[in-house]
Amino acid sequence: MTNAIGEVEDNEVLFIIGSNATEAHPIIGNKMKRAARKGNKLIVIDPRRTELAEMATLWLPLKSGTDAALVNGLMHIIVKEGWHDKEFIEERCTGFENVLEVIEEYTPARVAEITGISEEILYETAKLYTSTKKAGIFYTLGITEHTTGTANVMNLANLAMLTGHLGLENAGINPMRGQNNVQGACDMGALPNTYPGYQSVTNEKSQKFFEEFWGVKLNPNNGLRIPEMLDEAAAGNVKAMYVMGEDPVLTDPDANHVKKALSNLDFLVVQDIFLSETAKLADVVFPATCYAEKDGTFTNTERRVQRVRKAVEGPGECRLDWSILAEVAKRVGAKGFDYRNSEEIFEEIRATTPSYRGMTYKRIDQKGLQWPCPTEEHPGTPYLHKGVFPRGKGLMVPVEYEEPAELVCEDYPILLSTGRMLHHYNIGTRYSKKLDSIRPHELAEINPVDAQKMGISEEEVVRVSSRRGSILTRVTITEKVKPGMMFMTFHYKESPVNELTNSAFDPVTKTAEYKISAVKVEKVGAEEAAAFM
Amino acid sequence: MVKLIINGKEIEAKEGTFILEAARENGIDIPTLCYDKELTNFGGCRLCVVEVEGSNKLITSCSSLVKEGMVVHTETPKVVKIRKDILDLLYSNHPKDCLTCEKSGECGLQDLCYRYGIKDGSYKGEVKKYAIDSINPVMERDQSKCILCGKCVRVCAEIQVTNTIDFTDRGFNSKVTTEFDNPIDRHNCRMCGQCITACPTGALINKQLKGIRPWEVKKVRTTCPFCGTGCNFDLNVKNGKVVGVTPNPDSPVNGKSLCVKGRYHSDFINSEDRLIKPLIKKNGEFVEASWEEALTLVADKLKHTRDTYGGDAITGLSSARCVNEDNFVFQKMMRVAFGTNNVDHCART
Ligand code: SF4
Ligand code: SF4
Ligand code: SF4
Repeated sequence: MTNAIGEVEDNEVLFIIGSNATEAHPIIGNKMKRAARKGNKLIVIDPRRTELAEMATLWLPLKSGTDAALVNGLMHIIVKEGWHDKEFIEERCTGFENVLEVIEEYTPARVAEITGISEEILYETAKLYTSTKKAGIFYTLGITEHTTGTANVMNLANLAMLTGHLGLENAGINPMRGQNNVQGACDMGALPNTYPGYQSVTNEKSQKFFEEFWGVKLNPNNGLRIPEMLDEAAAGNVKAMYVMGEDPVLTDPDANHVKKALSNLDFLVVQDIFLSETAKLADVVFPATCYAEKDGTFTNTERRVQRVRKAVEGPGECRLDWSILAEVAKRVGAKGFDYRNSEEIFEEIRATTPSYRGMTYKRIDQKGLQWPCPTEEHPGTPYLHKGVFPRGKGLMVPVEYEEPAELVCEDYPILLSTGRMLHHYNIGTRYSKKLDSIRPHELAEINPVDAQKMGISEEEVVRVSSRRGSILTRVTITEKVKPGMMFMTFHYKESPVNELTNSAFDPVTKTAEYKISAVKVEKVGAEEAAAFM
Repeated sequence: MVKLIINGKEIEAKEGTFILEAARENGIDIPTLCYDKELTNFGGCRLCVVEVEGSNKLITSCSSLVKEGMVVHTETPKVVKIRKDILDLLYSNHPKDCLTCEKSGECGLQDLCYRYGIKDGSYKGEVKKYAIDSINPVMERDQSKCILCGKCVRVCAEIQVTNTIDFTDRGFNSKVTTEFDNPIDRHNCRMCGQCITACPTGALINKQLKGIRPWEVKKVRTTCPFCGTGCNFDLNVKNGKVVGVTPNPDSPVNGKSLCVKGRYHSDFINSEDRLIKPLIKKNGEFVEASWEEALTLVADKLKHTRDTYGGDAITGLSSARCVNEDNFVFQKMMRVAFGTNNVDHCART
């Protein structure tokens, strides 16, 4: 997030696109609801009638996957009406002309046609968003989990730059990260193209710095991203894989392809706290400790680095994740893995990651610190881009609307989208009996119109199939989803939705199009249903 | 700043501060059961009354602002008498099972009865009796113990913004309940448990912490392992085991708030399904192994792969659920020990 979570309540306008915050980020969702309660205005752009949609001044139930067209249409109106921030664009941005050229084509009439949102509402949305400087954009997976995800994110940046909603308190562009430490894992360089602190592995200067720091020669080429790892494993070029604390079989799209790829490896090591679906395929499984059994730090979605503290000993013979890794590294002959505790590792993080340099365990003890925090005197940075962007001028890159990779057809007439829900979080929470007993099984959401057409009743077991696979699930009938749509979560291994999802990837980030797959729904016989339950 | 005197102590407070807050900031504790700084004022329990010189009316300090030159007394005989009467009334209409009540030890009513010496309720009339609502797995409601302070109602409306509960009826029959008096469950409530934290009595209880006396636990503050919000909370530890979660008001992001996941997840830590020994697959079946055997096997295999096919034949998936320190060491292992940049994590899920 460019801005802090504490600022959310005082945004005068919240432009919330593809984010079901009250389920996926409940405490941020509450702050949004409080903003609405105070009289601030919510613009909610989501095909589902979410809790936030209920409280919105404007709810735009756009057709799934048409976000780029919508945002272009809004920019078209803003420029036509002269509501853009000419000074901000002039002083702080480049590439405005290119954007101008593209959005010219996105007339309200055309955009209404593509998105299903009326011209009048488009106009009101543009007007409301530009009515104040205190307007922030909030988004999550809804917008990035499309083949066009990167483009969508760039387009939101275009919108914020066009209107000068950046570098201010209570404004900005605020992606809300899904998993607790996605921000930290990225900051730490658990990415194929960057070292810690987003220093490019192909940049000679950073390469040299890390070679000197670690005293080894480093590989100068970008590595593989997850989908490429899987493809290369399936092709036999990748021979071994080491998986720590992830369960790609359940969480990655097109589960059958994932299983095939992993089974084709010569050697698979999984390090986890449970025997996950992925671990079941492993050659060796290492038992690890969970967060309550270790010291360390997490970095939240507002870039705040906070302490994780050991409360209890782990069960049995489980070991700390980093100590297992360090042991493996030493045994294959590597130097520089003699850490005695997590704080020593943090000291190395500081030394190599400029935005963390000013942090110490002591300084972050009570309130954490938000990066960038370059020196030990620096108070941390609640909101980014005040005055300047890191690369000088903000680059505006035009984005064209492209149709989703998979469209509904006669055989697969229903659009399935996937996401999270309140009581569970990815898959780990299923091991909490308390949480599991609140919502013990999947309840796929389906509109009353479709339910009636197919003669399906509440909590009935149905078969859902896509071109890639077929699963059983119970349904719930609700107006939260529009006719022709269906929504499922990926929390339940009994109803593994990722056997259905599409693995068409965004060309830049390789994020799969979880949000949209074409499926069909069929009734099942009483026997099959009973066996499932 | 406004200057005033409370209990003979000269203090300064910001304009627009309530007397109760100004007193607390200066270490003077005025009792209350319905006031919370983060919620709107209710002024319902009247325990916070104080005497102000020059006025013969007692005023509620939670809703009266400080004034320049004000002279306030918080424990005069007149004030204490009123407080005792209020507490006596409340306790008279309250079950007398403090000995076995889950809230004992951190109950607002118990604390104040102790402070003002209320041993037994002197009004011997009917005591309210409601059935306990316990159908959901995480929270129990015993309205017989409710003192109608309204904190739960306000927390649910103002902080959680869900409006699950409200007052119904009047007088002796007045109670706090859900629409149509339905039991609380996932259909009408977000299960955030913020009302439990707010409740001063044993009327609302976290089932997970039942059977645990509050003074038996050690609290360890940490950061939530679920979504990217980064809430902090206290893990409650008894005899080396995590038994539950309570909020920690000092948390920078969430204060006293938590969601259902943060509050109730902790039993997974003690799950029977946790891995406790390294496993090696032999003939398609996992068998338990020693660390030495498992580590040797992994190191040999990976070294062989690296030396035969090159480091790029090895790939690694790090984890957005693990701490920064784990992630740092993971990418360093891939880069330094195997000479490859093939490291990624599920940032995209
Ligand atoms: S648990 Fe949360 S949503 Fe439910 S009644 Fe209490 S405060 Fe309201
Ligand atoms: S249930 Fe608790 S918080 Fe709610 S009104 Fe009763 S005593 Fe107050
Ligand atoms: S308590 Fe809930 S909102 Fe807060 S970090 Fe945990 S999962 Fe997210």
